[in-house]
Amino acid sequence: METLTLTTLAALNLLFSGNAELWEIIAISFRVSGVAILVATPPALLAAFFLTYQRFPGRRLLISINSTFLSVPAVVVGLTFFILLSRQGPLGEWKLLFTQTAMVLGQIALAFPILVAMGHSALQAADRRAWETARTLGANPLRALFTIMREARFGLMAALLAAFGRIIAEVGASMMLGGNILHYTRNIPTAIALESSKGEFAQGIALGLVLLTLAFTLNALLQHIQGKGQPVT
Amino acid sequence: MTTPLFQRLARWLVVAILFAAGSAGADNNPNKTIRLATTTSTDNAGLLAELLPPFTASTGYPVHVIAVGTGKALRMGRDGDVDLVLVHARAAEDKFVAQGYGEKRYGVMYNDFVLVGPESDPAAIAAAKDATTALKKLADHQAIFVSRGDDSGTHKKELSLWKRAAIEPNGDGYREAGQGMGKVLQIASELDAYTLTDRGTWLAYQGKSPLKIAFQGDPLLFNPYGIIAVNPKRYPDINHRGADALIKWMISPDGQQRIGDFRIGDNQLFTPAADAGEFAAFSHGQ
Repeated sequence: METLTLTTLAALNLLFSGNAELWEIIAISFRVSGVAILVATPPALLAAFFLTYQRFPGRRLLISINSTFLSVPAVVVGLTFFILLSRQGPLGEWKLLFTQTAMVLGQIALAFPILVAMGHSALQAADRRAWETARTLGANPLRALFTIMREARFGLMAALLAAFGRIIAEVGASMMLGGNILHYTRNIPTAIALESSKGEFAQGIALGLVLLTLAFTLNALLQHIQGKGQPVT
Repeated sequence: MTTPLFQRLARWLVVAILFAAGSAGADNNPNKTIRLATTTSTDNAGLLAELLPPFTASTGYPVHVIAVGTGKALRMGRDGDVDLVLVHARAAEDKFVAQGYGEKRYGVMYNDFVLVGPESDPAAIAAAKDATTALKKLADHQAIFVSRGDDSGTHKKELSLWKRAAIEPNGDGYREAGQGMGKVLQIASELDAYTLTDRGTWLAYQGKSPLKIAFQGDPLLFNPYGIIAVNPKRYPDINHRGADALIKWMISPDGQQRIGDFRIGDNQLFTPAADAGEFAAFSHGQ
């Protein structure tokens, strides 16, 4: 078996030699997870807002339920959607199983609870008076909503990054719902699983490096933005 | 449990996603795409990567390959989630057709299974006169044996061999991995254990493993592959034309030639075995 160093070198070589198949897998990962985050974020933030600013019976229960979904394993989400989307399932007629859309659905389900939970705590931490002030100054609810979102933007951005990090790195749901089809539903995590099962560790490491680089870039970006937002002392 | 409201909401969601993903142009023409559920042994060895591009080039059908164990592949066929299956477990295939899930089974090719193990061969199975004796020796020595344990064609084969040897495989050395062939070869390599593998995956993998072939050649280890279109009577809207086109191509002289030409290093992995008469009947019926 090759050493870790040699494997990593081979991986870097793969990445920078412009291996088309590798880059296609990376593109699929970003496309699927990007769409999932885009679709999941608006309703999730709205839900977080209602949980923070509205008082209604069952609110606490909803928060607990949402937090429970944070711990649902990705494979269970995958299996649930598999059963729903299979031709034998209730949504079988849509024929979505083994498509990118199915992967997006699974990833939305994974990202949603994270966005709600972290969005909820970010909004809670924001100054409540922002909402009241905006409303008193005559802003309509929508306008006032954006004011608070702005107030809580760092927390919300952290929520976005955490959710994106979870879905771009998860293998269980993507494997079940996408089927790991080359050029179509093979993304970074399923490719790593496949390549390592074949003993092709270099490609697995190369893709792992891409994920790490991505995580670092996003977090550095967040740090940078947050740094700008800090009050000058 | 599909309430109209749920359906309506879900439909909106899907429309939104399709719209968002639309620019990506990812959904190849769904009327043409063929979904083939097959085993890891054909896909991991690289055979399909060799066969399918020329098929797509000549017929225009893109093929989506979903590589799983034989048991799961047949299950996907039964549920109508794929258009055809390429698998290796004769008894299960015949049952699949007999129950009306599959249309007709066509033989495509064969290879064989081999028992691989540590070079020192502690259970001395190399000297065994047949496969069942080899298994008996493994059991007697309580040698570590890694089983697929995943209801794949290889797993079914392994279980049938234990049965033939009249051994209940549950001794100390018996480990069920529940994983694909490549992974199991990895596990066996790390544990210095024996395992049963199809020759194709072994040839693709042997360079990365310290194991050696310990026993081979018994006719019992013969491993035929069959291709079966999912029955369109059961699922009228599957891509049956595409499935037929792929079957026809696989058993055609051209497809068979390519199967026989596929090599890893100097080794031929699969022996083409389609019935010329079946191909003629197929062409005639079209």
